[in-house]
Amino acid sequence: MSSISRDDVAHLARLARLAVTDEELDRFAGQLDQVLAAVARVGDAAVADVPPMTHAVPLTNVLRADVVAPSLSRDVVLAGAPAAEDDRFRVPRILGDAE
Amino acid sequence: MSTTDRLVDYDELLTRYEPVIGLETHVELGTASKMFCGCSTTFGAEPNTQTCPVCLGMPGSLPVANAAAVESTIQIGLALGCSIASWSRFARKNYFYPDIPKGYQTSQFDEPLCVDGFLDVDVEGRTYRVEIERVHLEEDTGKNLHVGGATGRIHGADHSLVDFNRAGIPLVEIVTRPVPGAGALAPEVARAYVTELREIVQALGASDVRMEQGSLRCDVNISLNPTGATELGTRTETKNVNSLRSVERAVRFEMRRQAAVLDDGGRVVQETRHFHEDTGTTSSGRSKEEATDYRYFPEPDLVPLAPDADWIETLRAGLPELPAARRVRLQEEWGISGTEMTWLANAGALGLVEQTVAAGAAPGDARKWWLGDLARRANDTGVELGELAVTPVQVAQLCGLVSAGTINDKLARQVLDGVLAGQGDPAQVVEAQGLAVMGESDELVAAVEAAIAGAPDVIAKVQSGKVAALGALVGAVMKTTRGKADAPTVKRMLEERVLGS
Repeated sequence: MSSISRDDVAHLARLARLAVTDEELDRFAGQLDQVLAAVARVGDAAVADVPPMTHAVPLTNVLRADVVAPSLSRDVVLAGAPAAEDDRFRVPRILGDAE
Repeated sequence: MSTTDRLVDYDELLTRYEPVIGLETHVELGTASKMFCGCSTTFGAEPNTQTCPVCLGMPGSLPVANAAAVESTIQIGLALGCSIASWSRFARKNYFYPDIPKGYQTSQFDEPLCVDGFLDVDVEGRTYRVEIERVHLEEDTGKNLHVGGATGRIHGADHSLVDFNRAGIPLVEIVTRPVPGAGALAPEVARAYVTELREIVQALGASDVRMEQGSLRCDVNISLNPTGATELGTRTETKNVNSLRSVERAVRFEMRRQAAVLDDGGRVVQETRHFHEDTGTTSSGRSKEEATDYRYFPEPDLVPLAPDADWIETLRAGLPELPAARRVRLQEEWGISGTEMTWLANAGALGLVEQTVAAGAAPGDARKWWLGDLARRANDTGVELGELAVTPVQVAQLCGLVSAGTINDKLARQVLDGVLAGQGDPAQVVEAQGLAVMGESDELVAAVEAAIAGAPDVIAKVQSGKVAALGALVGAVMKTTRGKADAPTVKRMLEERVLGS
């Protein structure tokens, strides 16, 4: 049963901002199908009476006090940016011409 | 764009349509540090000086939730009559936008901290219950600065510059259920709700709730139904509504615009719209890039929140007196009407009047100054009442000087000018400017006698029975003493001399 279509892959690729070729769409649709099928086998486990696990560690309420800690220096922060201007991260135009 | 929207007359549309409103309010909490890291939240710091690997979303960094933010959220929920979830989780809301450094916003999805509350608001003598669907905790985004466009707006910009100081500041989102039944008063009910919510958050000390600085932001959902219909109409969500007045205007504008669309047999497009403060209009904010598929999933880096009953009850016990209860109490203490109380509350003067009364002023005097002269001055200079350069204690001192007869109301206004100009307390201004009312001093006696001597025609009139003519002389004396005399005293002195003998 095919559960992942080419369109699904194209949609996910768009959401993840990945450029995927037509050929890759076909290939990934098939591969992702197999991945999903493999994961779906978890559903076959006899767990009806086991409460769902919500986290890998049995902890709740891990909190920190509201105390200010030093931040990074701006130079260090911006050093990792592809482009910076006026002490800020510079990003390409957000809206295209058509909008 | 919005400028070409046809609008239906407001009263006319109400004959055919029923509005349903809904509000999503974001409150930036006033914590010292961010939601998941120790970076400072100070407003107005130099760009990108309050970031770290956690709030920048660097690989390998691990967030830890801020206890104060969680407690504030629970208290907001309790103040709104919500149930506090015994099990709650954060979730990743995945989307790309330059102001979110991580590629997702840490938010809450199907397991919010607080659910099922309500807030009652009074509008024109009627109480409207606004049901609260949920209160959840998330983090704020960074701030974009658009460069190259003519107006600094995103449209037409060449590129944008991002400051991540705000990214990761705790943000509480309060979502109402659809509110039907407000009819013509839908805009006022929406405004009253945000006003009351703001008061509550302020009373809790959870945020400074300054709309102009964006620490309280509002998205307004509006739909219209044909009158009598049971199904909800298609709604629009208007964002960027950043003042109480704008909340009201945005609702009214969208009602008029949607009515025109429906009248023409069209369908309202379910979309995000932007509110324009300058024109009071909304415009479509649709963008092909806008992904509504957020692929939420539980945040693996944060463990669940499981507030137990003890914790919740401790927080409940720590709630301050809430605004509604406080209004009832003060209304009784001051012996004023509900309408007057609403004026005070709407003017943001309640706390100021309360403090002025606590500093010794009579409630009536305190109300008169704050709602009168001070409200006008705040309005003239475009600041909030509480931002005026006068303290409640100084206003109480002013009232004290008037009731002691040291100054009259007119002089009191001059004294107030001095206080606002930073010349010190009222008594110091009176002293420095020599503004005290004159008793029956030699100077005043001389002024009265000069007025009588200078107007024999008026005296003749008064003595022939036209006592009202004396008013002209009172005016003359007030003028020569530059308003420092007490008018009733002057009148009495004139009567004694002209009629008494």
